Amino acid sequence: MHLSPQMVLAQLMLGLNNGVFYALLSLGLAVIFGLLNIINFAHGALYMLGAFVALLGYTTLGPLLGMPDFHLNYWAALIVAPLVVGLFGILIEKTMLKRLYKVDHLYGLLLTFGLALILEGVFSNYFNVSGTSYNGKPAILSGVVNLGFMFFPTYRLWSIGLSLVVCFGTWYVIERTKLGAYLRAGTENPSLVQAFGVNVPLMVTLTYGYGVALAAFAGVVAAPIYSVSPIMGAETIITVFAVVVIGGMGSIMGSIVTGLSLGMVEGLTKVIYPPAANTVIFFMMILVLLVKPEGLFGKDQ
Amino acid sequence: MNNRIMQVVTGFAILAMAVSAGAAGISNDAVKIGVLTDMSGVYSAIGGEGSVTAAKMAVADFGGKVLGKKIEIISADHQNKADIASTKAREWADTDHVDMIIGLLNSGCALAVQKIGTDKKMVTIATGAGSTALTNKDCGPYGIHYVYDTYSLPKVAASAIIDHGGKSWFFLTADYAFGHSLEENTAAFVKKHGGEVLGQVRHPLATSDFSSYLLQAQASGAKVIGLANAGGDFINSVKQAREFGIVQGGQTIAGMLVFLSDVKSLGLDVAQGMEFATAFYWDRNDASREWSQRYFAKTGAMPTMNQAGVYSATMNYLKAIKAAGTDNADAVIKSLQGMKIDDFFSVNGHLRPDGTMVHDMFLVEVKKPSESKGPWDLLKIIKQVPGDEAFMPMSEGTCPLVMKK
Repeated sequence: MHLSPQMVLAQLMLGLNNGVFYALLSLGLAVIFGLLNIINFAHGALYMLGAFVALLGYTTLGPLLGMPDFHLNYWAALIVAPLVVGLFGILIEKTMLKRLYKVDHLYGLLLTFGLALILEGVFSNYFNVSGTSYNGKPAILSGVVNLGFMFFPTYRLWSIGLSLVVCFGTWYVIERTKLGAYLRAGTENPSLVQAFGVNVPLMVTLTYGYGVALAAFAGVVAAPIYSVSPIMGAETIITVFAVVVIGGMGSIMGSIVTGLSLGMVEGLTKVIYPPAANTVIFFMMILVLLVKPEGLFGKDQ
Repeated sequence: MNNRIMQVVTGFAILAMAVSAGAAGISNDAVKIGVLTDMSGVYSAIGGEGSVTAAKMAVADFGGKVLGKKIEIISADHQNKADIASTKAREWADTDHVDMIIGLLNSGCALAVQKIGTDKKMVTIATGAGSTALTNKDCGPYGIHYVYDTYSLPKVAASAIIDHGGKSWFFLTADYAFGHSLEENTAAFVKKHGGEVLGQVRHPLATSDFSSYLLQAQASGAKVIGLANAGGDFINSVKQAREFGIVQGGQTIAGMLVFLSDVKSLGLDVAQGMEFATAFYWDRNDASREWSQRYFAKTGAMPTMNQAGVYSATMNYLKAIKAAGTDNADAVIKSLQGMKIDDFFSVNGHLRPDGTMVHDMFLVEVKKPSESKGPWDLLKIIKQVPGDEAFMPMSEGTCPLVMKK
């Protein structure tokens, strides 16, 4: 295959598009792991749940409420789906995860893995596993934009921009504001922070809710691009975990940068040697684990 | 000395028992059918739980018993992995005394399980796998390829597309046995009909983002982008081809293996006008409608050709046991080969010694949204192609079982 500069640029754009999803998802995992020490295996299922809230809000919510013409539109879904799924996350944290903070990481992982299997099983029972199209893409975002080197679908451009804003916004709040400082301090020494009058358990609950809401947000953004399917999360989450391992567990900036760059590496692999496209990330993971086991951005613990 | 006599006598006794068991009757007091399919992955909408339902319907319609012995259905998920499929098939053959395995949605799984069938003298019926290797170099005495293969599909569809002016092709191919086989056979038909193949790109099974591959196909300038993939992969490629303006730019997307569930998932808006080959469509005649409505009542979806094929194959397998008076694999296969296989699913069907179930195929076109009268009114039949024209002639095949004769 002949590689022209245009082709390379085009693939980098497409890779960046996949990369923002990796970044959004691994960011949520990093936030949760960094502050709760929970490896949230349900993250993929919650991403799927976000996409389904958008889909069902658009198709079945209206008829269900007796208003067949009512659609929860895309813009509303961007807010509503993360809220709904975030509340669901808070419920999980309050009723189940809370009991596991004092025991080994492994228990949290097993619990969330079980939750993921249940959610995916239930949705597979009711929805087409091959996926259902989400038709709520706003008219203003359809069509293509001429980037000079390629025609790029407007919606994909929007999804890249929006996701980057959310990623760096999250990083700013956690690393640069007073609220973020409380959060970080709360994980270092919860009893001391509590002595200063900060409600640490509430903070932890809200953090989990926020991490989960990020996954749901990614789901809504992904819905118009991919088919909404019960197994969409299961397929993505494995790659996302590889991204987290490469970037370093718990590093916020690490997960954003690694997510974006691995998306682009994957994109380039698709033109250079397509059959390796879905394994290249795992090769990089092995390489990083051999050379820098704590991850590219991770700190030795 | 005494010992030797005892050994000889015991040996004869065992031999006699084995022979009598082989000659007549039902082994282990039951006919056990194992549905081995994709229950959770990219192909589960094509087979999955629906295939199990179809097999159960066949057993119920047959009366639940054959030759006075009960018929049991068990099922498992092969997860589209050949090693998992083989382990399950071996376990079923050795400890569960399964007589027949049906389903096998993925060519890798089907090839592995058919080999085990040969070793264990167990009938295997592939209703969802495509690769023609099943009835050629890897054919087996107990292996049946029931619904379609990667020869008959492009034979019917590709020639129609080329006749409509689609002379130059670029392939997007799923990177495993099925995709390779489909691409290779389609390319051969394209060349034979005076078309040309400009290139191909291979993607891993279960890919969610096809845009990179599609851009390569777009850059090739080919008139037709042939999709040698299936299920979720097919759906995502078609959707994303639209998103990048490939169809609007004048290139045609041609799916080489399309199921009803795929068309349903894409919606008529996206899929309209697409031509493809199929072994079965529910709304073809009264018999197919009658069965499909019953299936719909149980599952809430119309059957794919694979699910209808599971019913038909199970039914005919049971009829063959009844006719043969035994569930012995050799006798059942012989009885099946002597039968005319004609029902709501199979038109003018018969089983060849290489394992191919030859039957008529259909060229169909996806309806325009304005032509559709109901949620499942999706396709119209353009042409019925006789089985002997659609499937590869046995004389061109490479099945060692047939070539010896």
